[in-house]
Amino acid sequence: MNSIKIDNPIIEVENLCFFYGDSQAIHGVDISFPEKQVTALIGPSGCGKSTLLRCFNRMNDLIDISRVEGKVLLSGQNIYDRSTDIIELRREVGMVFQKPNPFPKSIYENVIYGLRIAGENDHKLLDERVESCLKGAALWDEVKDRLQDSALGLSGGQMQRLCIARAIAVNPKVILMDEPCSALDPKSTARVEELISELRKDFTIIIVTHNMQQAARVSDFTAFLFEGSLIEYGLTDQIFVKPRNKQTEDYITGRFG
Amino acid sequence: MISQPKRTNSYWRAGEPMVWLSAAALTLTLLSAAILLIVIMVNGLGVFWPSPLQRLELKDGSLVYGQQIKVEETADKSALRRQYKIANRDLYGLDFRWIDEAQILTETTPEELLVLERIEHGDFYGTLKSFEISKSVGPATLANLRQQLQIANNDLAQLAELVEKLNTASYRMEKLRLELQKLDYRKIAIEDPARVQLMDEKVRLEAQFTELVKLQTKRQAAARQAKAVFADAAGQEKSIALVDIVQAYAPNQMSTADKLLFYAYKLKELLLGEPRESNTEGGLFPAIFGTVMLIFVMSLFSFPLGVIAAIYLREYAKEGIVVRIVRIAVNNLAGIPSIVYGIFGLGFFIYGIGHGIDSLFFPERLPTPTFGTGGLLWASLTLALLTVPVVIVSTEEALGAIPREMREGSYALGATKFQTLYRILLPMASPGIMTGLILAMARAAGEVAPLMITGVVKLAPALPLDGNFPFLHLDRKFMHLGFHIYDIGFQSPNVEAAKPMVFVTTLLLVLIVLLMSSVAIRLRNKMKKRYTFGTF
Repeated sequence: MNSIKIDNPIIEVENLCFFYGDSQAIHGVDISFPEKQVTALIGPSGCGKSTLLRCFNRMNDLIDISRVEGKVLLSGQNIYDRSTDIIELRREVGMVFQKPNPFPKSIYENVIYGLRIAGENDHKLLDERVESCLKGAALWDEVKDRLQDSALGLSGGQMQRLCIARAIAVNPKVILMDEPCSALDPKSTARVEELISELRKDFTIIIVTHNMQQAARVSDFTAFLFEGSLIEYGLTDQIFVKPRNKQTEDYITGRFG
Repeated sequence: MISQPKRTNSYWRAGEPMVWLSAAALTLTLLSAAILLIVIMVNGLGVFWPSPLQRLELKDGSLVYGQQIKVEETADKSALRRQYKIANRDLYGLDFRWIDEAQILTETTPEELLVLERIEHGDFYGTLKSFEISKSVGPATLANLRQQLQIANNDLAQLAELVEKLNTASYRMEKLRLELQKLDYRKIAIEDPARVQLMDEKVRLEAQFTELVKLQTKRQAAARQAKAVFADAAGQEKSIALVDIVQAYAPNQMSTADKLLFYAYKLKELLLGEPRESNTEGGLFPAIFGTVMLIFVMSLFSFPLGVIAAIYLREYAKEGIVVRIVRIAVNNLAGIPSIVYGIFGLGFFIYGIGHGIDSLFFPERLPTPTFGTGGLLWASLTLALLTVPVVIVSTEEALGAIPREMREGSYALGATKFQTLYRILLPMASPGIMTGLILAMARAAGEVAPLMITGVVKLAPALPLDGNFPFLHLDRKFMHLGFHIYDIGFQSPNVEAAKPMVFVTTLLLVLIVLLMSSVAIRLRNKMKKRYTFGTF
């Protein structure tokens, strides 16, 4: 196994297998994610990187026929234990999706959705949180005068940043990003990438991306997956400059994928 | 060199015929809908416009007053014949008469001819001869007649107040009778203070009631004193009590403005008045009220039931063979003939539940049923059952059309299934759910068959909503526009005279459905604006 030792892991995956009905999508992956760093998951389409990502907040539970074996430890606690509160887990592991998916509500309500459903109704606190999160997502200056307008009136890039603001509003430990820029134009992509570099100060980020340059630009660590297995995992600089594995090298240099 | 394709070939290739075919299909559909509406409107809108009252001199020397209805060829197609409404049913026995054009010597429209709308026996066509009123009221003119009718109307208003009091008194007496019946049933002794009190109350009410009846009889007799004498075309005289005349007008004197006023008056009567003459004249208020209330109560049942059932089916039930079968069954439910629902409503709601309620809560009244007979509640429930599949299907579709990312976005923030449903999915599905409700309402408004056996009547003595506690009487029978059409159109003793009313009622029913749908559609568009995506 081509892997490196992580000193301060926040998520540790031990021999994780994942099945859609009878077909196995992930074959015994072992990987640890360092705290307050950006880790990129790369690999060709259908290699299981999104599936792996969705195992970390148990999003795959929504699929009836799915089955998980192995362990995922969040701060040392196995999230697949029976005792795990999924609601609590998803507050600690936030997620940003491929397509911007703001709710059909006002910008303000979108940001505080996670707080509202947790029963938070203190207006002062909510106002403060909206401002800090929108500033954190580099959206404040653009929307501060129209917080009560529908979020559906924003541009695609703005929507995605709103979704990031929404995710950080509940103060998670980890933010999962599933190809967050694939539906955005280059300019919006650049802004979101800038934002990711900002966010790494406070959050652990795991990002799935198809875009090799993006992985190289934003991440500290990179994991290469192929056909449901982890092929190589290491510092981004090392992987992109001097991959140890032939398959990794072929993929990065664009020989397949 | 490439040979040019033949003209016909390119014609087919461009797909012209398909364009024509589909356009023709659409045109045909629209045309049939438009023709339907036009026929209803042409026949319905003209009913209240006063047409001229003609005086015809026939070859045999007789005179006829009548309003021309239509012209058609005689049986041998050699000449024309006209249909006239000659009214005066109490004198002639029929309202309409066919007259061959060849028979007519002269036709004029004298200004003094009057149309009297009467409470009974339909209209009267004739001329005013004299008044039969104790005090002198001046010459026999239309203006004087109107003045006297006004006085008679005031008397009638007073009488109506009295009748209102009588109704309340009789309602109370009925309540009291039922209370006493209950005491009888429970075998409570005659000396029991509760019963004594009720008996005292009864005596008091009965005295009051007799007093009121006496007063009413006296006032009525007094009011009937004032009469006027009219003459028909043949000079036959007829004395009519003024209180029996709803209104008098001379169509041949009326200017267009007068006619417009008259039209407005008739419209008001139609919308707010009570029916007369076995429903073929007067207003439709009870039927309009019954229809709207029925649909309203129906929606109260079918809307929550359908939406919640659809939520279970789409959000909670595990997708599998059972759910698929349930879904097919629900879809098929919408296709069951409505009369079958009617029979079910009669058997299950009325005989089953209604009778159960009666034997539990009103055993003393049996065998007279209270809830064990047709009524607004049972009719609404039957219609709710009929329309629930429509609501389920559209709600399910609306929920299914919400992109998966929306649910995931909510779950990813730690929302429970219920929170997601309540805060995200239902608002987003609301336009689709509204569509279902609109369809359900439209379907319910058009149903007559199941109502006929679950509580609709030709003439309801009281509205389901009134000033007597508990105000809403869902056990009462009610009137309905759809049934009204059937009743006056096909069950009336004088079908020809009822025809205008059939069209008016139809027009009204169409308008009510249109009105309710457009309100719902407005609401839906508002929701759509709020909850749908702009472009990314």
